[in-house]
Amino acid sequence: MRKFNQPSTNGGHQFDPGAALHGQIMTTQFDKLLGWARKYSLFQYPFVTACCGMEFMSTACSHYDIDRFGAAFPRFSPRQSDVLWVVGTVSQKIAPLLKNVYDQMAAPKWVVAFGACASCGGPYDDYSTVQGIDLIIPVDIYIAGCPPRPEAVLDGLLKLQELIQNTRQVTP
Amino acid sequence: MSDQKFPEHLAIEKKFPGSVFDWHAQHGDRTLIIDAARSFDILKFLHDDHGYNVLVDLTGVDYLPRKPRFEIVYHLMNLSTKARLRVKIQSDELHPEVASVTPLFPIANWLEREVWDMMGVKFSGHPDLKRLLLYEGFEGHPLRKDYPLQHRQPRIGPKDQ
Amino acid sequence: MTILDDRTIPTPVSETVPEFHEQEMMLNIGPSHPAMHGVIRILAKLSGEHVIESDIEIGYLHRAFEKHCENTTWNQAIIYTDRLNYVSSCINNVGYCMAVEKLLGIQLPPRGQYIRTMLCEISRVADHLTCVGAAAMELGAFTVFLYMIKGREYCYELIEDYCGGRVTPNSTRVGGMPYDLPEGWLDKTLWTVKEVREIVRECDIMLTYNRIFTERMRGIGIMSPERALGWGWTGPCLRSTGVAYDVRKDYPYLVYDQLDWAVPVGRNGDNMDRYLVRMEEMEQSCRMLEQCVARIPGGPVSSSDKRVVLPAKKDTYGNIEGLMNHFKLIMYGHGIRVPEGEAYFAVEGGNGELGFYVVSRPEEQATDGCNDRAWRVRVRPPCYNFTAAIPEMINGYMLADIIPTFGSINMIAGELDH
Repeated sequence: MRKFNQPSTNGGHQFDPGAALHGQIMTTQFDKLLGWARKYSLFQYPFVTACCGMEFMSTACSHYDIDRFGAAFPRFSPRQSDVLWVVGTVSQKIAPLLKNVYDQMAAPKWVVAFGACASCGGPYDDYSTVQGIDLIIPVDIYIAGCPPRPEAVLDGLLKLQELIQNTRQVTP
Repeated sequence: MSDQKFPEHLAIEKKFPGSVFDWHAQHGDRTLIIDAARSFDILKFLHDDHGYNVLVDLTGVDYLPRKPRFEIVYHLMNLSTKARLRVKIQSDELHPEVASVTPLFPIANWLEREVWDMMGVKFSGHPDLKRLLLYEGFEGHPLRKDYPLQHRQPRIGPKDQ
Repeated sequence: MTILDDRTIPTPVSETVPEFHEQEMMLNIGPSHPAMHGVIRILAKLSGEHVIESDIEIGYLHRAFEKHCENTTWNQAIIYTDRLNYVSSCINNVGYCMAVEKLLGIQLPPRGQYIRTMLCEISRVADHLTCVGAAAMELGAFTVFLYMIKGREYCYELIEDYCGGRVTPNSTRVGGMPYDLPEGWLDKTLWTVKEVREIVRECDIMLTYNRIFTERMRGIGIMSPERALGWGWTGPCLRSTGVAYDVRKDYPYLVYDQLDWAVPVGRNGDNMDRYLVRMEEMEQSCRMLEQCVARIPGGPVSSSDKRVVLPAKKDTYGNIEGLMNHFKLIMYGHGIRVPEGEAYFAVEGGNGELGFYVVSRPEEQATDGCNDRAWRVRVRPPCYNFTAAIPEMINGYMLADIIPTFGSINMIAGELDH
């Protein structure tokens, strides 16, 4: 019995699974390839509610430029986007809509909780604010700040990209 | 502060005797506390005859545990003379209905809805008194003093569930 | 009386071709919608492309500002005021502080007043840049948005140099200012003014005589001055209808009466006039900033009232009186004592008259022995009035006209829903 990844020793005229399988480590590389493609072409759904929207706008514009990371184009339909950026405070009134928007997105999808209010309610511990959107939908990246500086937003985006790269893309 | 009654106060006392319960001009803000029963007529009088054509703000204050508990505060402005006037109505918890001023000022529609939403004071004659800032299933009136800030309401789900 | 009477709605197709069945459609715009500048819902009943009836639903960003102010100290409430009109945050801070100072009966020294004026005008420029930029972007002028946000970055850098925050600066305190101006700030202000003027000039060239822009803005969203006053309009939107009311001119505060500036007034009350008034206001703000830089005096930046303003750090750490003063103002159970009373103070926000009605009841408010907080703080948001009048401004127009009309009123959800 020969091991799979050893080259054939009999002249190469018959089919040799070991040699044939030598290139089968393609699956892992394909995963990385898909991860690379996905992380650099993120379509965001900016669910902007409050003040963090100002820093979101700043990050998206020329000074800080989120476009250099591939995440420039917002797609204002959840069906067409990958990343749900929940930017700003989520109140009890809009929480069901947030769930609706999340449910409408197709897999693979990621959620970024942008700002203190989306992460944990922020300074608004009251009767009308949801204390963090992770009570409603699963969150991948939390960007702290009130509002976070554009550099912090880009840091969060880079961490998201790292997460996407290291996630198993192809399910068996 | 001078003890001189200001002209609007004198005019209202002349036309609606006994309707001004109290007045002051603290920090330069002329304030009148008037009878809730005749509030619409007095505000209409100020609007038509004294030129107070801008309703700057309409809000409620809860003075628990004082009785009467609620005070509805109208801030009026006369744009031509640049005069400001504050008119207050006191309303208690059992009969908190106050006459709506929507026919005089269109913005009162929303302002009164907000006072109803936050304080629970009803406005009679309002075309559509429903909640403005909070969702329909919300219980209680949060700006009242006996409503705790961190009270948690049950979360509402998506509409199709 | 309404626009609906003047504009002819085309004959529905079903009347000419019976096999087409047409009915009115209810369209839901928002609350999560890019052109809604935040979260607000417009329900529009459409007949083809024309809006027959509409309704607005707000409250999606209600964050209990007024309730929070009753549960935090006088100075802690300033952070909640930042988040009202979050595009021009310094103006909210100044408005709230001045309302409380009215109750306290104190005034800042001249340097503090000049600093407050400059912060207000820088915030106003940032607000107008954002409003016009976003409105233009929604009509397709993405370049204008990028240029104006570039200008806004310069304003943010100025505010950040002063107090550390860009969007939520927390830039004033009751009775004074937290810091004096850093070195070089005044020169940077002049540089920023020069850059902003250049940006406004470029965007003016791109938009004001551009047919694509004017065709969508002129004659749309008209509001008459009488109706506007009934709706309680103030600020640039009221001035676009022809009424020259500006809180800075009519009820002057800070140093506005010492500066030389003009109030731009429109004629028609349509979207184009609102845009033009805002562009001109940015120019007037730049003028005011230049004058402030030239005239700002030296001296302290905060009131000398020890019961309200924290002592300098060298006194807090240097002598026992300073330490006790600091203790009495900061520790739980102590704090600023505002005498019993009520006051209303209005400032000119980015959108109009931003008023704060503050009620203090120190005897009743004592909780855990603390009576260092307000009994009631009411914010009078200027964009509340514009948003309430939106149905009147969009009924009778087409669906696509909702976007520029809504963009031109500068609705800020933080302020609207407080």
